[in-house]
Amino acid sequence: MVNGVFEWEKPLVELEQRINELQKFTREKGIDLSEDIQTLEKSAERLRKEIYSNLTPWQRVQMARHPKRPTTLDYIADIAEEFLELHGDRTVRDDPAIVGGPAVVDGRLVTIIGPQKGRDTRENIKRNFGLPHPEGYRKALRLMRQAEKFKRPIITLIDVVGAYPGIEAEQRGQGVMIAECIRYMSFLEVPIVCVITGEGGSGGALAIGVGDRILMMENAWYSVISPEMCAQILWKDTGKAAEAAEHLHLTAKDLLELKIIDEIVPEPTGGAHRNKQAAAAMLKAAIIKHLDELADIDPAELVERRIARYRTIGYLGH
Amino acid sequence: MRNIFRGRPKYVTVKAGTAPLKKDVPDGWWVQCQQCKTVLYRKDLERNLGICEKCRYHFPMSARERLRMLLDDPEAFVETDADLVPGNPLQFPEYEAKKERDLKKTGLRDAIITGSGVIEQHPVVLAIMEFGFLGGSMGSVVGEKLARAFDMALDGRLPVVVVSSSGGARMQEGIISLMQMQKTAAAVERHSRAGLLYISVLANPTTAGVWGSFASQGDVVIAEPGATVGFAGRQVIEAAVGKRVPPDLQTAETVFQNGFIDLIVPRDQLKGVIGQLLRLYGCPARKEAAAGAPEPEAKTDKEPEADK
Ligand SMILES: [Zn+2]
Repeated sequence: MVNGVFEWEKPLVELEQRINELQKFTREKGIDLSEDIQTLEKSAERLRKEIYSNLTPWQRVQMARHPKRPTTLDYIADIAEEFLELHGDRTVRDDPAIVGGPAVVDGRLVTIIGPQKGRDTRENIKRNFGLPHPEGYRKALRLMRQAEKFKRPIITLIDVVGAYPGIEAEQRGQGVMIAECIRYMSFLEVPIVCVITGEGGSGGALAIGVGDRILMMENAWYSVISPEMCAQILWKDTGKAAEAAEHLHLTAKDLLELKIIDEIVPEPTGGAHRNKQAAAAMLKAAIIKHLDELADIDPAELVERRIARYRTIGYLGH
Repeated sequence: MRNIFRGRPKYVTVKAGTAPLKKDVPDGWWVQCQQCKTVLYRKDLERNLGICEKCRYHFPMSARERLRMLLDDPEAFVETDADLVPGNPLQFPEYEAKKERDLKKTGLRDAIITGSGVIEQHPVVLAIMEFGFLGGSMGSVVGEKLARAFDMALDGRLPVVVVSSSGGARMQEGIISLMQMQKTAAAVERHSRAGLLYISVLANPTTAGVWGSFASQGDVVIAEPGATVGFAGRQVIEAAVGKRVPPDLQTAETVFQNGFIDLIVPRDQLKGVIGQLLRLYGCPARKEAAAGAPEPEAKTDKEPEADK
């Protein structure tokens, strides 16, 4: 990737640049090139469709990791009329790799929680590249239990490459916290809508990913293991991640087919980073739709359905 | 740091401290201890439950051997769901061959045995993982059998004892394996809400998605000495932090000190300690169970008092 442009997008980006040049030329020199521009725009549109509707799983993974892809706080800013971030797990510290707090979405009082990647190097260092420690999950669970107390629906926005492989994270029991999140989230008596917005890396994602509706953005991935680690295990070669990505069935389309997710949230052509507001608008519409559908279900019934949903996930042989 | 999951060539799967099963009950009369290098007489080692008489190192142990070790009457164990076999939902490379290989190696169709039996006079539902089958990994069958075991215990109002030995979720079933973490954790919680006891025993190794779901969630968590217990793989951590990781970071003893394990119990005392816990938590003993509380359905074909 050069300047945020993937190799496979190059022909399109070059074409778009050419169109821009011609438009500039038209403006500055007053020469009418609209016919040429129109022709070019038509082929650009064709190229766009061709490129973005045929992305390989590995290309989707890279889209999900695009440095300009909207982060959790970016989405919250666009989705929520109001949001106040709360801090601290009440045991160890505040983990900046997970954000959360009360919000208003389309007039509804909700709680939004999600891992937070940095938008530049400095913020990434502060936020540990969006990789939570156990206290981050503890904070998430605290906020989720609080949401249950106040009968507020929970929205989780998930973009995390995985649990943090760090010494302190192990010492402070990240496996235990992930398990507790999964365990207690399963029984929360409020509607939960989870959206994989970017990366959905194994237990680190599932820890805040148990819900009544699981949505996935078009260019997100969700898997039991990252393609690189899978390739390392299978072929002792992380360079074969692209191949591993195929085998893992980790794209939104794959997961819809496997009935793991309920809906794919479309992204603007070329990915969410190309038009953040448009991406957020589509995300918001999907979230509201599902919150509405869940709003009138009796809380105990909601939990029963949630448990039953996961209970049927499995594939037995003969 | 940035590239921890990308492009670093170093990490591999979590492995047990020793090769599984092959050295488990080794052929030949003599076997060398991994830890102290003492050469041991095989018959003595077996009699000693796979514990080195010199240094107390715990040799790997198969699920079947663990059943024999823990149950009052192994013959009376009623295995459940033995007919569940794994599929291949993603048509994952080499999965079929590996399942075939490990079926031959272990005699099991997947990485867990579940059923009901009696430990120190207390009827229990028991689930024992088999590391020799695809590293004890949890896919659909392991998740389903565990969930059914907890459900059966809930119906019969029985305690559950699980012995874990696993590298985590099974990669070959992809996202479906990941979802088994929820299935098992929810089964634990449902059983727990009925006021029933769950004892989780961690054998070597108990890591990743298994430690991150049901294995860490016992009312009482017991580990075998020296067992590897943790979430992220050691090599993955080293690649991420760019330095050597303390060698004991993920030993049961360290995890105990960090507060995530209640007891470390050597194998030759495990049955006794489980029996003590079943008593201390007021689980019905066999006679009471036969007289009053409902027996699990699977046990009804056995005469309750026949073997004593
Ligand atoms: Zn020894």
